[in-house]
Amino acid sequence: MPRLLRRPFFWIIALVIAVFALVPAIGNNVELRESLLLAALYITLASNLNVMLGYAGYVNFGSIVFFGLGGYICVWLVNSYAWPLGLSLVAAGIAVSALALIFGLGILRLRGAFFALATIGVVEAVQAFAQNFTPWGGAAGIYLSSAIFQPLGGPASALWWIYFLMVAVMGLSLYLSYAIKVSKFGLGLLAIGQNEDAAAILGVPTPLYKALAYSASAFLPAVAGGLYFFKGAFIQPSDAFDLTLSTEALVVAMLGGQGTVTGVALGAYLYEELRGYLLTSETFSNFQLVLSGVLLLIIVLFFPGGLMGFVYSRFPSTKKVLE
Amino acid sequence: MTALLDLQKLAKRFGGLQAVHNLSFTVEEGEILGLIGPNGAGKSTLFNLINGVYPPDSGRIVFRGTDITGERSYRIAHHGLARTHQIVQPLTNMTVLENCTVGACFGRESLPLARASEVAREAIAVAGLEDRASMLALHLTIAGKKRLELARALAAQPLLLLLDEVLAGLNPTEVEHMIGVIRRIRERGVTILMIEHLMQAIMNLSDRIVVLNFGEKLAEGLPAEVARHPQVIEAYLGDPKLAAELQREP
Repeated sequence: MPRLLRRPFFWIIALVIAVFALVPAIGNNVELRESLLLAALYITLASNLNVMLGYAGYVNFGSIVFFGLGGYICVWLVNSYAWPLGLSLVAAGIAVSALALIFGLGILRLRGAFFALATIGVVEAVQAFAQNFTPWGGAAGIYLSSAIFQPLGGPASALWWIYFLMVAVMGLSLYLSYAIKVSKFGLGLLAIGQNEDAAAILGVPTPLYKALAYSASAFLPAVAGGLYFFKGAFIQPSDAFDLTLSTEALVVAMLGGQGTVTGVALGAYLYEELRGYLLTSETFSNFQLVLSGVLLLIIVLFFPGGLMGFVYSRFPSTKKVLE
Repeated sequence: MTALLDLQKLAKRFGGLQAVHNLSFTVEEGEILGLIGPNGAGKSTLFNLINGVYPPDSGRIVFRGTDITGERSYRIAHHGLARTHQIVQPLTNMTVLENCTVGACFGRESLPLARASEVAREAIAVAGLEDRASMLALHLTIAGKKRLELARALAAQPLLLLLDEVLAGLNPTEVEHMIGVIRRIRERGVTILMIEHLMQAIMNLSDRIVVLNFGEKLAEGLPAEVARHPQVIEAYLGDPKLAAELQREP
């Protein structure tokens, strides 16, 4: 990894993490913390989605299944087996990643629209499972008692802990998508994204690489889901497997510029800010999703390269620094 | 000389079309073997079979003594078999260098990234694309894309290179240059199996020729022998003028 340390982009990510962690903490600004927590969540979801979408060229409409399943496994372990939060989060990540690897080897035989449809099918299937699985409380879901925050020093301090963990997950997501992008594995994925048949003939082990990418992109969203639902102390199928969030992650990745690390993070942050504004404004509160739809249309039609595509074409020298 | 590639009674049927039928021949180490035949004779199908794009219905493909029949394309690439496509398949939004680095990274040697890009640069130089190394593949001309196909296959450091009509669609100057490139590749010790419609070029380049017709082997031998073969003239060349042209000493 020392080679990575010499690259400026490594330090840019470090700076972003530091700003996220310190700015709300310094003023003890709870309101800002909550808004940045959501931004960190969006950045996590979009960055991991980007590994499949932007690198390997596979449109995953169901990336939310990792988030929801991670949430369920974590909350369940905390609630039913009294596992500590940290361990539950790691277990959720590993379990979801392993499941994704198995699913991936199956559904990644499909391409294009068929793959996209299959990913929605996976969400529906997992949601139906959660609704009928008694240990997970069926359709009613799982409630956590407020006592679970005690090991973290009570609710007020627990929320800070959760926030810092979410920022760490975001940071790891950025580093992961960056590390993949500049690796041989990433080169193989990019080749698959450009022309899968040609990539296979050049020797890229396509089924394995796609499944690994799918699995790798499942880990951190699962951990983020664990944190998110632990924080809310409540999880139910319709929240955990909400396709809206999946779609938003796609919009965000396209908005920022799929295939880039910076763009996707920037897109996620801007989208979250916009969404926050719209939700709280009286005129727009009901139109938030309409707007994301319109946004997606505009991007697809006029800015296929997203924000970063625009930046790269205006300032080509940024290509060397911003991945 | 030993057989590098040994094809044994290969057959492939697409619905009602018997694309390749009971086809056997060998490619010897170090040679350039030309594969000719009219359109639809099964030449590209044969490449796809060797390359693992689809498995043969029957028969065996033995590469350096290992049976590779039915293996996936990426496994076959690791054995040291690389190819170019008749219809170019560039990784469009990647640079020429990145395209070739993919070839080197995942080819026979499975090189790490840094070493792969050095090998890729060498291959780019052999193919004469140095000045366009950082250009996106989609911005290349057709001749440039053909060279990219060749450079990318070469970057994989193959033992056997399958060339599928690398000369098609090039102007005479480009053809001449490309023939030079192919000769240079052979001098590096790479065995070549090539499909080509430009008769003069393939008769000139090849050590031996195999003629296909309706998926079967019609003739095999030295270029001069094949060109005089009555069945070849009748079935494939048809045109006496073309036949005469082929019989001229290269």
